[in-house]
Amino acid sequence: MGHFLLRRTGQALAVLFGVSVIVFVMIHLLPGGPARAMLGDRATPAKIAAFNREYGYNRPLPVQYLRWTADLFQGDLGYSVKLNEPVLTLIGQRLPGDVVLVGFANAFALLIAIPLGMLQAFRRNRIADYVATGFSFVFYSMPIFWLGLILVVLFAVQLHLFQPIVPQASIGQLLLHPSDIALPIITLTLVTIALFSRYVRSSTIEALTQDWVRAVRAKGFGELLLASRHVLRNAVGPVVTLVGLTLPVVVGGAVVVESVFNYPGMGLLLWNAAQDEDYPVILGVTLVVAVATVVGSLLADILYAVIDPRVRVQ
Amino acid sequence: MTAILSAEGPAPASLPTSSSRNGLAALREFRRNRLGIVGALIVVSMALFCFVGPLLYHTDQIHTNLSQVHLPPGPHHLLGTDGLGYDELGRLMVGGQSSLEVGVAAALIATAFGAIWGAVAGFAKPLTDSVMMRVVDTMLSVPPILLLLFLATIHRPTVPLLILVVSLVSWLIPSRLVRGEVLVLREREFVRAARLFGVGRPQIIVRHLIPNSIGTLVVNASFQVADAILLLASLSYLGLGLPPPAADWGGMLSNGINYLYSGYWWLVYPPGVAIVLTVVGFNFIGDALREALEVRLRRR
Repeated sequence: MGHFLLRRTGQALAVLFGVSVIVFVMIHLLPGGPARAMLGDRATPAKIAAFNREYGYNRPLPVQYLRWTADLFQGDLGYSVKLNEPVLTLIGQRLPGDVVLVGFANAFALLIAIPLGMLQAFRRNRIADYVATGFSFVFYSMPIFWLGLILVVLFAVQLHLFQPIVPQASIGQLLLHPSDIALPIITLTLVTIALFSRYVRSSTIEALTQDWVRAVRAKGFGELLLASRHVLRNAVGPVVTLVGLTLPVVVGGAVVVESVFNYPGMGLLLWNAAQDEDYPVILGVTLVVAVATVVGSLLADILYAVIDPRVRVQ
Repeated sequence: MTAILSAEGPAPASLPTSSSRNGLAALREFRRNRLGIVGALIVVSMALFCFVGPLLYHTDQIHTNLSQVHLPPGPHHLLGTDGLGYDELGRLMVGGQSSLEVGVAAALIATAFGAIWGAVAGFAKPLTDSVMMRVVDTMLSVPPILLLLFLATIHRPTVPLLILVVSLVSWLIPSRLVRGEVLVLREREFVRAARLFGVGRPQIIVRHLIPNSIGTLVVNASFQVADAILLLASLSYLGLGLPPPAADWGGMLSNGINYLYSGYWWLVYPPGVAIVLTVVGFNFIGDALREALEVRLRRR
């Protein structure tokens, strides 16, 4: 286990380095470089040159990279001129919203997708499987903004159950009124169920082909006991990895969901930043999400190794 | 949204290898899969609708006609007109062309590039392999939509640019899948024999490793098309789709939902249904192909 931990953590550190290089390259890919990111697209060449001299952006790139990462370690993610706030502050305000949205969506999706996917595998190519497959395909195939708006029409406009738009309030206040944030969570959950359940279905089908399943059945175990005692553990393992790995996907969905419902998270921040060409914010959010993904999939892999000892020896 | 759904995660070693011999068996198995047939029918009809349709149903999709906006479906405009006076049915065909073109082209480029990257990594020395796969992990950690948002804010979107940016975030999964296959294949007798005969690495990769991973690649490519179309729709919703007079389904849908409460249903449901049908179609095909190629999982 120690060797596995060491190797996997080393990989994560290498990936973190890669992520920082990508974001650094993105800053310099901007026409005009970081100066334009800070000063906006109307900055004159003279102003840009002065800015570059003042902040050391005329030095060699490796030197700039080292300075930039040193700043990152001190929590300096840049400054949004458009919003007149440090990027770190902006992200700090929005992060709890995303933890709630992505966290609940992932949790609900797992609670539903694992039994559903297993049911599909046990009833493979029968009515229940076709119906569930059909539904999850349709949810997966709907552009998420369209699904969100259909839910608004259904649950907010027609049934008056939930708020169509998330009111402007802190996430703590919103949590006290679940009906205010129900729709964005439901939308993201439905898409995520579709994403997970198919995966559980195929990993369960694979588990069911193993010889030990025949042995368990021969011992006279019912299907329910077989599923809950034996297959579950085998089918869930890969899903743990999936949760870590799909974080960027779910966050991508969250960007769209947040702009549909005006939900106060990083996605909305990002969308507004993209429209204002507020590059420090775009790049800061990219960095934070990427780091969260790397750490998330590291944790997921460690958890997987705890569940399934075979992973450790490779 | 993404191709992660279509990938079988971190355990590709269990994926099937195909040869031309069981290609036929796979085709037979595919034909028995009803969902696969449905998917193929949907995709073919959609392609005919988008590319042959305009030859039969003539509309002007270049010039706006502001005296004919928001007309409900009728004899002159079978699906009505949109806010700029374009015929909605004709626009569905034109928009579908760009959605399908971006989806298919991006999937092909991503699959080809990913296959080569994965095969080279899997067949290289451990250090090279490790570096190449960390590059893939790095790219996978950056949410595709952020990368696309960034690129699309710098450049004005066009069909080739969209193809490029969607491929840029889509080659990662195929590369992982192929690497997994190659790690198994490189130990097989025929590959060892080829090396003993002094066949060069590039040739082994092109002649032996990639052809033997083709089953996995084909399955993945059909999911990639579906995901590319969805990703494109999200981009359009975020305002980074093709600017008019060009059109794509996602852009039409996100324009349409502005009129959700005005009762212009013909601007909302047709593009939405077109996206769902096409994406479902490609997913059905991919699923059927996967089940057909996975010998172990076949019904006995």
